[in-house]
Amino acid sequence: MKKTVISVIGKDSVGIISKISATAAEYNVNIIDITQSVLQDMFCMVMLTDIGGLSCSFSEFSNKLQALGKELNLEIHVMHEDIFNSMHRI
Amino acid sequence: MINLKDIMETVNMIRQDNLDIRTITMGISLLDCADSDAKASCDKIYEKMTRLAGNLVKTGQDIESEYGIPIINKRISVTPIAMVAAASGGDPVMFAKTLQRVADSTGVNFIGGYSALVHKGFSAGDLRLINSIPEALDVTTNICSSVNIGSTKAGINMDAVKIMGKVIKEAAVRTADRDCIGCAKLVVFCNAPEDNPFMAGAFHGVGEPDCVINVGVSGPGVVHSALKRCPDGDLGQVAETIKKTAFKITRMGQLVGSEASKRLGVPFGIVDLSLAPTPAVGDSVARILEEMGLEHCGTHGTTAALALLNDAVKKGGVMASSSVGGLSGAFIPVSEDEGMIEAVRTGNLHLEKLEAMTAVCSVGLDMIAIPGDTPEEVISAIIADEAAIGMVNSKTTAVRVIPAVNKKAGEELNFGGLLGSAPIMSVNLESSPKRFIDRAGKIPAPMQSLKN
Repeated sequence: MKKTVISVIGKDSVGIISKISATAAEYNVNIIDITQSVLQDMFCMVMLTDIGGLSCSFSEFSNKLQALGKELNLEIHVMHEDIFNSMHRI
Repeated sequence: MINLKDIMETVNMIRQDNLDIRTITMGISLLDCADSDAKASCDKIYEKMTRLAGNLVKTGQDIESEYGIPIINKRISVTPIAMVAAASGGDPVMFAKTLQRVADSTGVNFIGGYSALVHKGFSAGDLRLINSIPEALDVTTNICSSVNIGSTKAGINMDAVKIMGKVIKEAAVRTADRDCIGCAKLVVFCNAPEDNPFMAGAFHGVGEPDCVINVGVSGPGVVHSALKRCPDGDLGQVAETIKKTAFKITRMGQLVGSEASKRLGVPFGIVDLSLAPTPAVGDSVARILEEMGLEHCGTHGTTAALALLNDAVKKGGVMASSSVGGLSGAFIPVSEDEGMIEAVRTGNLHLEKLEAMTAVCSVGLDMIAIPGDTPEEVISAIIADEAAIGMVNSKTTAVRVIPAVNKKAGEELNFGGLLGSAPIMSVNLESSPKRFIDRAGKIPAPMQSLKN
């Protein structure tokens, strides 16, 4: 299993989760967990995914989501889980 | 799952506060490339470096994309070229051109190591290399040079200090048409570290393994933001906040370094615990000092604030990394720090204060433009002063000054990119240190006891 965190920040609107999940499914990315909240007036959503079976290259997937982010006026980042583990867990 | 707040904190550090990995630097030993024939030696250098570093840039970009953390520079440091070139006695500039070819073909941003270590005296090849520095920096674009002229154990080689004043002026004149950029790639050290990943002073020391990956982190913007959230805390709380932030920044460096080392099949060396500013707004060390409560960087209290910052960065970083080294501390390069630039422009920050600040942080008088008519003995004297601070305090100090040819105090030099722009600072020319510098010889190593 190769875990990656997809984080989404921006203004809330209808269908954000559905569109991102659709892209994930299109590239064979399994969603393990989703949390969302409003922090400092911003909609924040975090998806923990398994990209072990990713059907394209990592950068292609990441670019695709970033393009989707632009379209929806959201910031979407795709980052390896390790970066959060190493920063926030001793 | 990691909690949402932690994830958003990391994401915001990168998108708002300019958190990045400043550099992945591959250190490569060229000792086995020495040859009695200079041409053969250059061929060996080209072959070895392109073989080991061929994938460096690509690997850096892959990690950047997977982890979502920008890695600004991919660089190489090599064994001081004076040692390698000494075997053949060939023209050192030929070696500089070879390194430039390596930079072009591997795509790295800089190669450091056009260097000589002369703190106790000159060996074969050292003087030839030092005298060739202005030409080498003129005919190449991505090569950095450094000379170590002093150490706590050996004292200061004042013969070399005298020569370096002249070399710096020559480098400025030869690159006058490019805003004297040659001098921005030349640094004079006391107590130079052998595993420093930062330019212009990076070289691969002789005690290092054949090939190694060193990482330099950045993050003044992150520290600044963290302090903004603690506007009324006492200085103990300020130190605590900086420590926690430095820990997080350094963990990122440790992760990226070990990942790069694994992917490249090269041992991991050190994380350099540094706060390295850039000219971008929100990425300034000066602004951190101002956030602590100074109206402007350079006012009385600046040295104390910087001492606190530097120490807290180290304390926070040490626990976050398996191996710490390099320069490790807060950098205060004037032209590369938006807050420092403003402090100079508004008359709040002077050369004398900067010199005092270098006593409590890494690295030294860095990226400072001085008037073009500054005599070479004054530049030598600036180097000697700075080296004395390093020698006596058992720390690294360095001088990277840029005499701005045909320009005066108050005007500016523009290097662009990470090197930024430098307001020309006035130098005390009321009286001359010429007789002192002309004496040359050596300043003996200092006492290591009876410390006061």
